[in-house]
Amino acid sequence: MNRIGILSIWMLTAVVQAQPSAEDILRRVDAVMTSDTKIVVSKMIIHGRRSMRIIEAKSYIDGTRRAFTEYLAPPREAGTKMLKLEDQLWTFSPQTDRIIKISGHMLRQSVMGSDLSYEDMMEDPRLANLYHAVLLGEENIGDRSCWILQLEAKTVDIAYPSRKIWVDKERYLVLKEQRFAKGGRLLKSAIVEEVKLLDGRWSPVKARFKDELQTGEGTEFVIESIQYNAAIPEHLFTKAALRR
Amino acid sequence: MIRFLIKGLLRDRSRSLFPVLVVAAGAFLAVFGFCWIKGTLNDILWANAAFDTGHVKIMTNGFAAEADLLPNDLALIEVDSLLEYLRTRYPSMIWTSRTRFGSMLDIPDSLGETRAQAPVMGLAIDLSETSPERRILHLENALVRGRLPQQNNEMLISELLAEQLGVSPGEVATLIGSTAYGSLTLHNFTIAGTIRFGVTAMDRSVILVDEHEARLMLDMENASSEIVGYFPDLLYKQAAASSIVADFNSMQTNAEDSPHMFALHEQNELESMLIWINYFSAIVIGVFIVAMSIVLWNAGLMGSLRRYGEFGLRLAIGESKLHVYQSLLAESLIIGFIGGVIGTALGLAAAYYLQVKGLDISGAVKGSNMLLTNVIRAQITPAALYVGLIPGLIAPPLGTAVAGIGIFKRQTAQLFKELEV
Repeated sequence: MNRIGILSIWMLTAVVQAQPSAEDILRRVDAVMTSDTKIVVSKMIIHGRRSMRIIEAKSYIDGTRRAFTEYLAPPREAGTKMLKLEDQLWTFSPQTDRIIKISGHMLRQSVMGSDLSYEDMMEDPRLANLYHAVLLGEENIGDRSCWILQLEAKTVDIAYPSRKIWVDKERYLVLKEQRFAKGGRLLKSAIVEEVKLLDGRWSPVKARFKDELQTGEGTEFVIESIQYNAAIPEHLFTKAALRR
Repeated sequence: MIRFLIKGLLRDRSRSLFPVLVVAAGAFLAVFGFCWIKGTLNDILWANAAFDTGHVKIMTNGFAAEADLLPNDLALIEVDSLLEYLRTRYPSMIWTSRTRFGSMLDIPDSLGETRAQAPVMGLAIDLSETSPERRILHLENALVRGRLPQQNNEMLISELLAEQLGVSPGEVATLIGSTAYGSLTLHNFTIAGTIRFGVTAMDRSVILVDEHEARLMLDMENASSEIVGYFPDLLYKQAAASSIVADFNSMQTNAEDSPHMFALHEQNELESMLIWINYFSAIVIGVFIVAMSIVLWNAGLMGSLRRYGEFGLRLAIGESKLHVYQSLLAESLIIGFIGGVIGTALGLAAAYYLQVKGLDISGAVKGSNMLLTNVIRAQITPAALYVGLIPGLIAPPLGTAVAGIGIFKRQTAQLFKELEV
C-alpha cells in the first residue's frame, strides 16, 4: 500500500473516531438541555380552530424531578399553579380553592389547550434514561448541520415508544423532533424556530409543537427569559405553595 | 238468516269453538304484540328525543361531524340571537339550548383532598323553574333524593353515581374538565339532588348543571353545543319535523361554523330502526292473518267433510250451491267477529297490565350505551282496537272461501247416491 493509501485510511479512521456515537450524542444533548435549576418565563401561543390564545407562565425547575409553574395570563388562567414532584402532578385552581392530583387518563389531556399534554410535562427530560439511540444520518435544519438519531424506548410503559431527533452537531441542541406511537404513527412533532445564547448557554427560545392527531396550526412555545442554576426557595416544591 | 246461523253455531260447538279459539288466540297475539311494539318504540323515541336528539336538533357542521368527541370549540355561537330567530320563525316549537361535556367529578374530604373521583357525562340545560326542560326530561319524577336546583352552582347527579361516590345532597363536588379552548377547568358545585331517569345510558354517569354556570366553567360565553326543538305536546311528528328541517337548512351554508338542523329520525340511526319496527309490525299482523287462514282453511275442510251430508241434503232440497257457500262465509264472519272481539279484549287486558307494570330489562341493558329505558312498557293506542279485529274478520272467511270451493265441485247425482235417497 502506498503512502497516499495509508494516509487516506488514517484520515478516515480519525474522522470515524472524531464522530461520537449515537449514545454519546444523546448524553451530550441531555447535558445541554438540562441544568441543576432554572427559572423560565415563557408564553404559549395556541392556535385553535376558531381563535388564538396566549398563555403566560413562570416555571421554577429543579433538575428533572421537581417543577413549579404559575400561570400569569390571561386573567382566566392567572393564579392557576402546577406542581410536579417526582412522578406526581398537582394543580391548584384559585376559583375552587382545590388542589387536584392529575393522574390516569387526565395526564393525556392537553395543557391549557396547547398541543402538549401533561404526560409530556411529566416525562424525564433526560432522553438517555429512556431511549437507545441509533445514528441514521445527517441533514441540515436551516443552516445548521444536524445528526439524525432514531430513539427506541428502553421500557414499554412510555408515552412515545420511538422518536426521531435532529441534533445540532455543534451545539448539541435538538432542533427538530418527531414522536411516534408503537405502530409507527406520528403523534407529535416539534421544530425549533429560534436559538439564542442565554446566560452563557445556547437555548432554544422559540419552538412550534404540533399534535399530529389534531387539526390546527400547533402551539408556539416562546421563552421570554431563562435563568440557569438560579436559587429557588425549597418551600416552592411543596403542596402548601400551591395555595400561597 | 243471521240469527239462524248463530243458533247453528251455538248449538253445534264443533263448528264454532275451535275456529273462535284460533281467531281469539291470533287476535290476542296481534293486539298484544302491536301494543308492545308501539310501547317499546315510544320509549325509544322518548329517551332519544329527551336526552339527545330533540325532535329537531341544531349543531354546527363542524360539531356534528365530530359529535361523539363533544368538540365544544366548534359549538354554536351567538346562541341567544339564534334562539330568538327560531322562536320567531317556528313559534309552534319549544326551543332550548344545551351543552354537553365530558368531565371528572371529584369529591373532596374534610381537608380538601380527593376522596373519590369518577368520570361523568355533563349535560348543561336551563334548570330555571320556568324551563321547559323540567317537563321534557320529567325532572320532578326523576328526582330520587334532595331537590331540584334553585340557586347558582347547584347540580343534580345520577343516584347510581352518588351511591358509587358515597355522596349525598348538600355536599360540594368539583367538576374537572376542559374549556372549549382545551384548558383545564375546575368548578365547585353543591349537589342539590340525585336523579334516576330509568335510562341506563344516562343513569350510569350523568350530571345536570345549569347552562349559565356551565358556560362560565367551559369558557363558552353565549355558546352552546346544540339547540333542541320539541313539538308542544312532546310527540314526534316526522313530516312536520322534516318540513322545519328543510326550511331551516335551506338558509344555511356548508361552512364548518354554519348551523345545521337534524330531525329526530335522522339521528342515532333511528330512521332505519323506525322503518324496521314498522315492517316488523306489518310482518306480525301478516303472519297472523296467513297462519290463521291456513288453520281455519284446514278447519273448514275438516268441517266440510264432517258436514258433507248436511251440504248434500241442503243441495238436494233445492238450496243453490252459491247460497250454501254464502251461508258458510257468513258463519265464518260471525266466528271471526266473536273471536276477534274476545282476542282483542284479552290482548288489551294483557297490554294494559304491561303498560302499567312494565317489564324490567335493566339487567339486559346494563352495559348498553343506547338510549333505552330500563323498563319497557306496552302502549295502548286507538289502532289496537282494530289491529286484531280486522285480521280476525278477514282470516276465517278467507279460510272458508278456499275450503268451501269444494261445494261447487259436487255433482247432484253423486249426492243422491251418497244420501241413498
